[in-house]
Amino acid sequence: MTTDTTTASLAVREAASGTARRRITRNDVMMYAAILVFGIVAPIIFPNYTYQIAVLWLMVLFAQTWDLVGGQMGYNSLGNIFFFGAGMYICTVTQIGLFTDVGAYTSSSDGGQFEFSTEQYYIGVAVGLVLAAIGASVLAVMLGWIVFGLRGPYFAIGTLGIALGAGELVGAWEWVGGGGGIPIPVYPGSGDGKAFFYYALCFGTAVATFAFLKWLYSTRFGLAINAIRDDEEKAEAMGIHTLRHKTVAWAISAFFLGIAGGLFGNMTGFIEPLEVAFPVITFGIFMVAMALLGGKGTMWGPVLGAVLFHIIKETTWTYFLGWQWVALGVIIILNIMFFQQGIVGWMQEKWPDLFGIEVDRSLVADTADDRARGRGV
Amino acid sequence: MLDNLNLLALAPLLNIQLLLDGIFIGAIFALAGYGLALVWGVMNVKNLCQGEYVIMGGYFAWYAGTIGIHPILAMPVAVVVMFGFGWVIYRVIISRVVDKDMFTSLLATFGLAIVIQQGLNLAFGPEVQIAQSGLETRSFFDGAVTVSEIRFVSFVICCVLASLIVLFMKNSRMGQAIRATAQDARAARVMGIDTDRVYAFTYALNCAICAAAGVLISMIWVIQPFYGLTHSIRSFVIVTAAGFGNLPGVILAAFGIGVAEQFGGFILGAELQQATVVGILLLVLIWRQALMSRRRQALA
Repeated sequence: MTTDTTTASLAVREAASGTARRRITRNDVMMYAAILVFGIVAPIIFPNYTYQIAVLWLMVLFAQTWDLVGGQMGYNSLGNIFFFGAGMYICTVTQIGLFTDVGAYTSSSDGGQFEFSTEQYYIGVAVGLVLAAIGASVLAVMLGWIVFGLRGPYFAIGTLGIALGAGELVGAWEWVGGGGGIPIPVYPGSGDGKAFFYYALCFGTAVATFAFLKWLYSTRFGLAINAIRDDEEKAEAMGIHTLRHKTVAWAISAFFLGIAGGLFGNMTGFIEPLEVAFPVITFGIFMVAMALLGGKGTMWGPVLGAVLFHIIKETTWTYFLGWQWVALGVIIILNIMFFQQGIVGWMQEKWPDLFGIEVDRSLVADTADDRARGRGV
Repeated sequence: MLDNLNLLALAPLLNIQLLLDGIFIGAIFALAGYGLALVWGVMNVKNLCQGEYVIMGGYFAWYAGTIGIHPILAMPVAVVVMFGFGWVIYRVIISRVVDKDMFTSLLATFGLAIVIQQGLNLAFGPEVQIAQSGLETRSFFDGAVTVSEIRFVSFVICCVLASLIVLFMKNSRMGQAIRATAQDARAARVMGIDTDRVYAFTYALNCAICAAAGVLISMIWVIQPFYGLTHSIRSFVIVTAAGFGNLPGVILAAFGIGVAEQFGGFILGAELQQATVVGILLLVLIWRQALMSRRRQALA
């Protein structure tokens, strides 16, 4: 760690804003157990929905990794989906490149001329996922050096531009299949086996992400990125190396998104740049919408938002017939207009005691004053 | 890619062609860019559905063409209707996010952009459309440089519209109120200016300007429900490069992006045109950041 000097007043403010650390109670244990049991039992009870529930865990991961940068650090990125696509392509290219020539594989229309053995498949997936995570993090560090000088709307637009541009560039890159995409190596086994295998990986990754972020927010690093969100200049004056913290936070976000990308590519079985790998308008905006719906800057907000959003999306998608996108846009607008603090944020305001937040009235007046002046992000 | 560069070096007239095309397109970008500079500068709203308003305007012209009216005659209708549309959008959505933080307006207008895109898609289908102007194409230098008359006409219309807007902002009561609000909203309120009305008017004016630009775009280029985002990004590039309330800067930046895009599209291939726009955006952002960091050093 760097030489952070986190003052007491910051910690108090932290407590007021709702991410205070507290002891794990009995209720917490029950809740975690319930979620774990649901995660393990779900594919057995609902075998037909294994894929949907696996995507749900990825959605939870999306919302959490977005919230790390957008909610906890206050840098609202619209282009985090870039790391998802980058991870997907790195993973796929690794899976293929370990055993055969990538250019030849992608240029044949069906990709079926090369058969992967069972062993080759699993080695490919394992190495591919690791490289996807590392590669996405490296990309985040490189891009962070460029974009973290940007503030507010410039950061959002710049990251949006990166994600949009990446889709176009990959689409023109013939070696990785261009706009035509790449068929992923076929899973050696039954369809059910594949669904279960990737379900387990998705669930495991989402749980690992949650656990890691929960730990991260309880460290000095968590406090430092919260300080950056609250007032970057002051944080810098306090001796926090802001650029380093921002870059590391983005790299962590990219690390998990890269794994998610590799998994999603393998689940889908076919990847192409615009709709699957860099879907800025769908997954890219979903992750923001989910984090906002649940309440950004909270631990459980993104999880709750992702679950609700996914359930609403999956149940209504079929009945809207083309209007679903309009509905999505309307949800985003309504959410941002009337319900900006999100579900968990609203609950924290309503029942602060439940969250172990000790409300200091003078500070509350302070933050309300801040809000009235339109300060925040 | 290198072949294309060689071609440019061998055939200098081709450069003139690209330059002209870039300037004709750039003039229209300047309109939309100025609209965004207005909204951003006056009410601090980062309007990410700028491009969608342009495309909406384009559909007015296209629809007029399909029912046998000359597309250019659709411009007054498009301007008036979109002015009203903008006013309604301000009253319903923008007025609620105008005093919130920066990301709020960005995300709210992004949501609005999705709604408009999909609405257009449902109404008109995802096909790429072009409004037929029925004017001829003139060629110069033995056909090496071609200029379609409609491009020239649209350039003239752009100039006329821009002058009208400048005159309006300089001389009319409302224009003065808008500039006063941009300088200091609080002081303007103290002086008895109804800033809420000024905001509504500004936003509606932006919509009308975009609609006019869209009518022209639909005649000299193509429109499609999902092409709006690229136009929004172009507007952002222009405003980021030029700043607010700086009309010469806006025009220069718009010509610059128009020309750069034509050359980029020619050299790298048409499928990378959007990537070119995004690349220019990133370059402008980095350039701006470099300027800022130099100023920070000077302060320190």
